[in-house]
Amino acid sequence: MGRYVLKRFLLLIPVLLVASFMIYGLMALAPGDPGTAILGTDATPEEIKAYNHAVGFDRPFLVRYGNFLSDLLRGDLGISYRTKQPVMNEILARMPVTATIACLSVLTAALVGVPLGVLASVKQGGLWDTLPTSMSMVIPAIPGFWLGMLLLYLFAFKLDLVPSFGVEDPLGYLLPVFANSFGSAARLQRYTRSSMVDILQTDYVRTARAKGAKERVVIWKHAMRNGLLPVVTSIGSTLGAMLGGAIVMESLFSLPGLGTLTLTALNMRDAPTVVASALFVSVLFNTILVLTDLATAFLDPRVKARYSK
Amino acid sequence: MDMKEVNAAPFIEVKDLEIIYKTDLETVHAVNGISFTLEKGQTLGIVGETGAGKTTTALSLLKLLPPRTGRVVNGTICVEGQNVMEMDDQTLREMRGGKIAMIFQDPMTALNPVMTVGEQIGEAILLHNADITKAQLQARVEEVLQMVGIPATRYSDYPHQFSGGMKQRVIIAMALSCQPAMIIADEPTTALDVTIQAQVLSMMRDLRDRLGTAMIMITHDLGIVAQTCDNVAVMYAGEIIETGTSVDIFCAEKHHPYTVGLFGSIPNLKVKTRRLSPIVGLMPDPTNLPKGCPFAPRCDKCMEICKTEKPGVYKNGTHQIRCHLYANNAEEVV
Repeated sequence: MGRYVLKRFLLLIPVLLVASFMIYGLMALAPGDPGTAILGTDATPEEIKAYNHAVGFDRPFLVRYGNFLSDLLRGDLGISYRTKQPVMNEILARMPVTATIACLSVLTAALVGVPLGVLASVKQGGLWDTLPTSMSMVIPAIPGFWLGMLLLYLFAFKLDLVPSFGVEDPLGYLLPVFANSFGSAARLQRYTRSSMVDILQTDYVRTARAKGAKERVVIWKHAMRNGLLPVVTSIGSTLGAMLGGAIVMESLFSLPGLGTLTLTALNMRDAPTVVASALFVSVLFNTILVLTDLATAFLDPRVKARYSK
Repeated sequence: MDMKEVNAAPFIEVKDLEIIYKTDLETVHAVNGISFTLEKGQTLGIVGETGAGKTTTALSLLKLLPPRTGRVVNGTICVEGQNVMEMDDQTLREMRGGKIAMIFQDPMTALNPVMTVGEQIGEAILLHNADITKAQLQARVEEVLQMVGIPATRYSDYPHQFSGGMKQRVIIAMALSCQPAMIIADEPTTALDVTIQAQVLSMMRDLRDRLGTAMIMITHDLGIVAQTCDNVAVMYAGEIIETGTSVDIFCAEKHHPYTVGLFGSIPNLKVKTRRLSPIVGLMPDPTNLPKGCPFAPRCDKCMEICKTEKPGVYKNGTHQIRCHLYANNAEEVV
């Protein structure tokens, strides 16, 4: 198992290499140069040219990419064109907001969606099934940003219960987390329900009943340990996606997170920040996927056995 | 089969049992008015082809029919005089696994993949012996594992680490672990290789004889019936069309044409033939059963009356046949 864990993490290296090449390459195709961006419009063309030469911008693409990688390994993600500060500092400063929202959203979604899904599968065909399950078909069709706007209007503007931007007040997390987890909770409910409905029909659940186990034990011990395996994977990828894809929600609620950082950087053609934050998100996302896989292996002896070879 | 002259109620008594599976689209008549009894220590074989209602009958004894579709619409199932359909949850759970254990058809899917076999057997024991200590439980699990020929060292292995035959042994161990008065074995060897089949069967027979367990052996293999059963019920389209002692079924002169057909489908090494003689056709559609004898459309001795009227029961001692052929001797018409 130890070897498998190591192998999974080593496999991240080529994935991230490809990702870094694509991200860096795309930004290199975009117009703009560091001299103009940093020295500003007041600088003479000669000054700009000299600056570009000093930072190695006039060298071939592959050389620049190589330098970028070697700086990266030393923890240097470059200097932001916009703030003239190391990009790394900015990312680390913005990360907590994004991470808090992502974790709280996934937690909320899981705490609401999974139990409702299990309940629906157990009460199949009853009110606890039809009502949440049909709602969970409608809810994912509601765009998060639209819901966010309605929430802002009602709770921040009309009722003035929560701040309409920022997270200086912890209450500021309330609306973004709600808007973010709404759709995910619905998806998790449906996912859990369908997985559990399948599991509840298996022979081994019948075996457990035939042993004389209480229905509660049959569901909690025999069915859920199997039925929630795919749900764990789904929760993992939801978390990964939320860490990276919070741009819309963060802009809407004016939150100082990674998403707004990337968006501002893109608007300002701040290439180093865009590259660094995109790469940072892809590292996070892939690490979470690996951790999810490992969690599944830990929970399912069959997966574990396949990997231990 | 006839009720024996005993004062106490028989261990199992099934009367006029009718079971349907109802979905939005159709109603499947799986079991259509069967009756049988089983005494302690006896083995009853239920024979018939796929879809005859054997498994449905077995599941209903433990009230394990699929909850949303399967339902008993008529008749009674009594275990030691108590109606299973009217049992409260507590009594029902004590009976399941404690008094009556079940060995399922497919060992590949009947074990929980995320629990060790030791845990799964231990759970069954714990459910019916609440006051057992941890050490006693461990010892008991190892004992039953060894009883079915699995080394106790495999206690902590998961089902996927066992072969099909070994899994079936685990399931048998689980069924035997609480020393039930009866075991329902639902085609216990169907999913296994022939060589393993023989091993598992002889093991089951030994254990049954040693522990004095009653058994319902569900199978479509007449060889297994001959080896293990005291009494036999032949099922067709949800009805018991012939029943008697093993001697009646294997040696009597008169038989239901379907039973004759079943025997005709077994290769006979003493007679030189090039082909087996299968029973032509298929079992009637259980959503739309024929009016008369359900076997009539496939029967080579079919008469006019067979197509319109249900046959009565012909009795000769312990031997009963439900067929118009023996109508002169019929005692009752259902």
